[in-house]
Amino acid sequence: MNCFLVQSSVGRKLVMSISGCCLVLFLLFHMSMNITAVFSAEAYDAICAFLGANWYALVATVALAALVVVHILYAIWLTLQNRTARGSQRYKVTVQEANVSWSSKNMLVLGFAVLAGLLVHFFNFWYNMQFTEIMGEHVNSLGTSPVSGAELIAYHFSKLPYVIIYLVWFAALWFHLTHGVWSMFQSVGWANKTWYPRLKCIANVVATLVFAGFALVVVVFYIRSLC
Amino acid sequence: MKLNLKIWRQKDAKSEGKLKDYTVDNISPDSSFLEMLDILNNDLIHKGEEPIVFDHDCREGICGMCSLHINGHAHGPDSEITTCQLHMRKFKDGDTIVIEPWRSAAFPVIKDLAVDRSAYDKILQAGGFISVNTGGVPDANAIPIPKEDADESMDAAACIGCGACAATCKNGSAMLFVAARVSSLAKLPQGRVEGARRAKAMVAKMDELGFGNCTNTGACEAECPKGISISHIARLNREFLSAKLKD
Ligand code: HEM
Repeated sequence: MNCFLVQSSVGRKLVMSISGCCLVLFLLFHMSMNITAVFSAEAYDAICAFLGANWYALVATVALAALVVVHILYAIWLTLQNRTARGSQRYKVTVQEANVSWSSKNMLVLGFAVLAGLLVHFFNFWYNMQFTEIMGEHVNSLGTSPVSGAELIAYHFSKLPYVIIYLVWFAALWFHLTHGVWSMFQSVGWANKTWYPRLKCIANVVATLVFAGFALVVVVFYIRSLC
Repeated sequence: MKLNLKIWRQKDAKSEGKLKDYTVDNISPDSSFLEMLDILNNDLIHKGEEPIVFDHDCREGICGMCSLHINGHAHGPDSEITTCQLHMRKFKDGDTIVIEPWRSAAFPVIKDLAVDRSAYDKILQAGGFISVNTGGVPDANAIPIPKEDADESMDAAACIGCGACAATCKNGSAMLFVAARVSSLAKLPQGRVEGARRAKAMVAKMDELGFGNCTNTGACEAECPKGISISHIARLNREFLSAKLKD
């Protein structure tokens, strides 16, 4: 295909940047939605019912899935190209250069950690919620209603292994975002010397917000299960 | 000073290479790194061994010829210098120093520590110039240029094309080099005219020659002997993307 989004390195990074940005926005939305569950199970279930198997939720789900697929395929493709460009002969001695973050050099590994968590999450929640509805069922594999999200949250986060898996998952995401969020601005050219410290600060704030927002729900529900 | 050296020896582009151990003695801390290698080569020649091939030319930090990856750093363990500006006082008596050639698929080893960096010349030939018609020489002050623009253009023009950026980048990306060339011309009225064509042509050539994609790690900036900022990469991205979107 003769399109710069495929042919050119800068174009390919534009695809990474835009897909990454959409995913960050989705995460912020998803996180805000989850926090509702801490305060009111009814409110959370109402959101779940609203975002069930109706046309707008399905269109959004398909669009989101496409973004994830594009982001992952490009991630693998870019990384393979980069490895080839580095050459088969590697340095015997390497160091961590000044001001270069560990995350920036390990984006694919972090991405795969995020993907692994995502698969667990799909199995835990999406399969028991939207998927159950798409299949026309009224009871999911756990014997509960696919729209009673709060109940599912309470069920999963009463189990310590899930709590740990999810927290590790959020940590991987935190690292991915501390680099990703400022890098997506650089990739489209919206950055300069004045803005680097600001963008890196914004990236840390966004990453921490996402981590804290998601972790809050997990931890609160785990503590509640102990009481 | 007495130093233990581990130096990459490779007969030619096709042969397998390996690190070989050498010892040098009586090295003055005031000698430069390249002088230390000259002394070693002198010893090798006296012993009837083949001297180590390494690139060097002006030995005052402006030609961009001296390469060398020293103890994990392009141009050695000091910031904003080329290898010829590195002095032995940066090391301690008895230190072990590992010296490797630039590693990047687009910079194949020619022999020992010398690599072929003509890929950078090819990128420049693709667009790193301005087209000037012959005729009278225009007055230097005929086109006023804001100080900030001139400064930024000069900062980018400091690039000596040494290859440290691509050699350092984990992706073997030449973005900092291309960005410096695109940026230094894009900030001046004379270069602005061909800005879009230049950005597209140079990026296309860079990709064609097998350099990697930019992950924005910033490692290139950290190792650049001229301290060129990755803000020029942001400008290259803007130049390239706006040119493509206008196509
Ligand atoms: C919710 C999930 C995710 C979010 C919010 C996200 C976000 C981002 C963002 C904003 C960037 C920066 C783009 C740029 O440099 O312009 C990025 C880069 C990257 N992402 Fe993700 N990502 C996610 C999941 C994944 C997954 C699942 C993978 C891989 C399996 C992945 C692999 C990568 C890689 C390798 C890069 C760096 C590409 C490069 O510059 O070389 N990401 N991500």
